[in-house]
Amino acid sequence: MEKFSGKIWVLGDDIDTDIIIPTEYLALKTVNDMAPYAFSPLRPELAGQIKEGDIIVAGKNFGCGSSREQAPEIIKALGVKCVIAKSFARIFFRNSINNGLLLIENAQLRDVVSEGDQVTVTLNQSIEHNGNQYEIAALPQNLMDIINAGGLVKAMRKLNGLD
Amino acid sequence: MGATIIEKIIRNNTGKDVKPGDIVTVNVDRVMIHDIFIPFVASKFEEMGFQKLWDPDKVVLIYDHLVPASQVDDTRHFRVGNEFVEKYGMKNIHRADGICHQLMTEAGYVKPGNIVFGTDSHTTTYGCVGAFSSGIGYTEMASILGTGTMWVRVPETIRVNITGTLPKNVMAKDIILKLIGDLGADGATYKALEFAGDTVENMSVASRMSMSNMAIEAGAKCALFTPDEKTAEYCEMTLTDKERDLVGDSDANYCQVINYKAEDFVPVMACPSNVDNVKPISELAGKEIDQVFIGSCTNGRLEDLMAAAEVLKGKKVAPFVKLIVTPASRKIYTQAMENGTMEILAEAGAIITHPSCGLCCGRTGGILTDGEVVVATNNRNFLGRMGTSKVGIYLASPKSAAACAVAGKIVVPE
Repeated sequence: MEKFSGKIWVLGDDIDTDIIIPTEYLALKTVNDMAPYAFSPLRPELAGQIKEGDIIVAGKNFGCGSSREQAPEIIKALGVKCVIAKSFARIFFRNSINNGLLLIENAQLRDVVSEGDQVTVTLNQSIEHNGNQYEIAALPQNLMDIINAGGLVKAMRKLNGLD
Repeated sequence: MGATIIEKIIRNNTGKDVKPGDIVTVNVDRVMIHDIFIPFVASKFEEMGFQKLWDPDKVVLIYDHLVPASQVDDTRHFRVGNEFVEKYGMKNIHRADGICHQLMTEAGYVKPGNIVFGTDSHTTTYGCVGAFSSGIGYTEMASILGTGTMWVRVPETIRVNITGTLPKNVMAKDIILKLIGDLGADGATYKALEFAGDTVENMSVASRMSMSNMAIEAGAKCALFTPDEKTAEYCEMTLTDKERDLVGDSDANYCQVINYKAEDFVPVMACPSNVDNVKPISELAGKEIDQVFIGSCTNGRLEDLMAAAEVLKGKKVAPFVKLIVTPASRKIYTQAMENGTMEILAEAGAIITHPSCGLCCGRTGGILTDGEVVVATNNRNFLGRMGTSKVGIYLASPKSAAACAVAGKIVVPE
């Protein structure tokens, strides 16, 4: 069972995709060009502080708002290992799976953590924080298939006999 | 056991006796891609190794977010789009005809019972004619372009019954804002909304559109109205029995039922900076404003412009307020010119723009700065949506917005 630990950044409820990446930066050429502006309406300094392997812990309805797929791509480009939230908005959820960004739903964790804490995730099983264990649900099989293929692009390349 | 509208649409499409929670693969009737995402869709499509579109006639490309270009890089999106259209033999492209969600039904691309996906969250709009339509990202769009199929989880349904006659100063926008406030920004996540009752039966398709457009602001996957004679007229078609049967059955399984009396609605606004932060305008009255925006895929239709004109007729916009009006399509623009609406708006002091997404998505045509307040008829008031993160955006109906433009402050419309 895959297991990993990371330092956490804590955000609130209803973190919308305009906060994750404002529309004015969406015509920049690449996701890496956009990444420095991630979360800028809320915390302009955050994108520069996030390090490879960090974890975002947020409240309910993370990723609500527009269908912009740059939102999960940018979070992934910043090096974020996974997002743990009380709940996720549906388009953001699909986009994240399709791009191989791991999302974990947990109702309790957000209310007991502080920014900078360490958490340890055991995939499809549990999260550990300060010696306490929080259970997490396993993802449905059709979603695990996309993740195991390495995202939807790779799944389609396989379908077309390319990989 | 009866079925909800969304269950019937998915059953008709798949031939399977589906229930909420089932994961099924549907055959897609139409897709919409807009200018912001076409470069990403095109590159993912080719990276996936597809050689041709599953059905070029089912694909619609619309330039609206970047029309006309406001930044030098914007034109690249048009170039990539035009190359894609040429290479894969597409015919359905609109380069300056209006906002995507208006054009999809206005130009006849969506019919009752269809399953439609678009690279924009407000794709829920086409539920106004009884279609299952929802927003997706560009990677999933690329896979549909190649396969013509998409997996969906059959959603639970929240039924919203509205009966009675609306007060004169209340519009469909007030109803949907009130519902979003009651449900919360995630109250309908993964779920379908279904509207019924004589109030919605008596509504125009345009009003139904304002409501289905904003369903995503409560997290909904889609928002459905039963197709009726008004739908048939709007879609220029005769309804089949199957289309008429897209009614939520009385013995269907609803996860939640909400009942409203039309007479109880009052004009409301969604206050900064969440769409579910909804308050009666009477509690906000007196707040000074800098700008008013009437337009967008939520409220840029002829009846919206006419409702604003009725308030503005013979009056002037307050001297320090900029009133920006953006019709949702070229067709609406022309109709509003022909019936005198534009003249009334212009004489009142409105700045009338070309049909586009412009100010609603904060790219062009009236961006605001720290400390400024705007009353707007579009669908989002998120931080930084129309300029800096210290702009106060209040979402309202066209009637309320027009009344505020004249008063120079937030007021309850008459």
